[in-house]
Amino acid sequence: MFEELRKPGGKLKMAVPRGALLGEVLDLLDRIGIETAEARGDSRSLVFDGGELMLITMRPSDVPTYVSAGAADVGITGKDVLLEQSDRPVYELVDLGIGPCRMVLATQKGDVAPSEHQRRLGMMKIATKYKRIAEQYFAEQGRQVELVEVKGSIELAPLVGLADGIVDLVATGRTLAENNLEVREEILGSTGRLVANRVSYRIRREEVDDLAARLRAAVSDAPGES
Amino acid sequence: MIRPIPPGTRDVLPDEMRELRAIQSALLGTFDAAGFSEVRTPTLEYADALELADRSSADSAYRFFDERGEMLALRTDMTIPIARLVADRFRDVDPPHRLSYFANAYRAVTPQRGELREFGQAGVELIGVPGPEGTAEVLELLDRSLTAVGLSESVIGLGEDGLWTSLLQDAGAGPETIEQSSELLVSHDLVGVERTLTESDELSPEAITEATRMIQLRGGPEVLAEAREFGGEGFAAALDSLTANYESISGRSIGRKVLIDLGMLREIGYYSGSTIEVYDEAVGDVIGGGGRYDDLMNRFGLDLPAAGFTLYIERIHKAQLERGNV
Repeated sequence: MFEELRKPGGKLKMAVPRGALLGEVLDLLDRIGIETAEARGDSRSLVFDGGELMLITMRPSDVPTYVSAGAADVGITGKDVLLEQSDRPVYELVDLGIGPCRMVLATQKGDVAPSEHQRRLGMMKIATKYKRIAEQYFAEQGRQVELVEVKGSIELAPLVGLADGIVDLVATGRTLAENNLEVREEILGSTGRLVANRVSYRIRREEVDDLAARLRAAVSDAPGES
Repeated sequence: MIRPIPPGTRDVLPDEMRELRAIQSALLGTFDAAGFSEVRTPTLEYADALELADRSSADSAYRFFDERGEMLALRTDMTIPIARLVADRFRDVDPPHRLSYFANAYRAVTPQRGELREFGQAGVELIGVPGPEGTAEVLELLDRSLTAVGLSESVIGLGEDGLWTSLLQDAGAGPETIEQSSELLVSHDLVGVERTLTESDELSPEAITEATRMIQLRGGPEVLAEAREFGGEGFAAALDSLTANYESISGRSIGRKVLIDLGMLREIGYYSGSTIEVYDEAVGDVIGGGGRYDDLMNRFGLDLPAAGFTLYIERIHKAQLERGNV
């Protein structure tokens, strides 16, 4: 198996995101007949043989890195990750509708609205993991902000005065609520996407097209999916 | 303590240098045998001369002033300097001009992406031969060049610049929708393209299905047949041009698959008509590119049709290494 991973050709390699999306991704792959039992177990292995595909598991934010370099032929990750890493060229083929979430601007409950804050002080300090998305959002509106890049729990930043607000991804909004934050502005919506390497998209087009078509069908058949 | 060199540049040590030299002599030998003569242009050019070609393509990341206060720039590719050279030096020489080069070009890089600030390009420019015939000559030489460096499994992709715009125009899309969706297509965001067309409210559902299908068509001549059903007169004309190019290469000896790719849209601004990309499965990136640029020479004051290709030397070398045939 490890031998096969490095050679061109062989089974199509799919970059699969660990974390919140993993369950939904594996369910979706199940539905199109990919073997996922091994990947569901508590193995420390990072690579699984899914029958027709090799499944390579990684952090969602690493998916564009592997796919754009051709280390994986296809991959699944959130639109938020793709936007944040828009300088890594990959083909975005299918909106899978999984893991829906929103990128928002949130501030502490009871604070004045960000627009009011900005009118008075001209400038806001915003903590985020999504520097590119935040930068573009505020620039398009002509608003001055100072972005503070943090890696971990961003909710902390406004609580202790590191920033006036945060730009972050929310699914249910529970973490925000529990940390006395509320959504002030919606920046964009995000769902999981099927992506492909530019070269694999051409050279292995039958397999890539077939996979995309089956995933598209599985997504549109699913009851209750957006 | 070592003395660093700028990110994206590198020292080449003797073993690798030998291999790069072998690539150089294989390629220049192939170009020469096909009647393409090597030229060299200065590494430093006047910034405004390069920008005559196309502001975005020639947008050099490295500009500085000389001792007289003139702005100089490092070239981003060799096509633009050669267009300048031909327009100024060969003004009174009868075309066609068949020229080749092996030279470095310079682009800005994102740190830690393994991108090169200074990289090698080998390629040809065929200036003064129009349409299918000139494109076919360039494609045949590209095929031979790839074989000469041992990359017999690489695939040549052939696209046509006007397909997307004409299909949308035929379907009634406005300029804003065309611009937005083209940007998304250049960045390969097919989900975004479909969404933009749907949200514009300018196209019928059938036209949207056609457009999203068209950009995913890639393969043999069967994709040309399928696309015949699409669009109106404008699209049919663009498709005719692509078909003529494809048919003109079938008369030549091309030893590899040419993949027709209706969704290919290249970033470089001066292309018109045919576009070319080269893929090798051993490298996750495009290893070469090119196409027609019939309007480029005119910007330098000499109205001649032109076509060419370039191969990225470091990626060619990487493909050879991955395939174990250095």
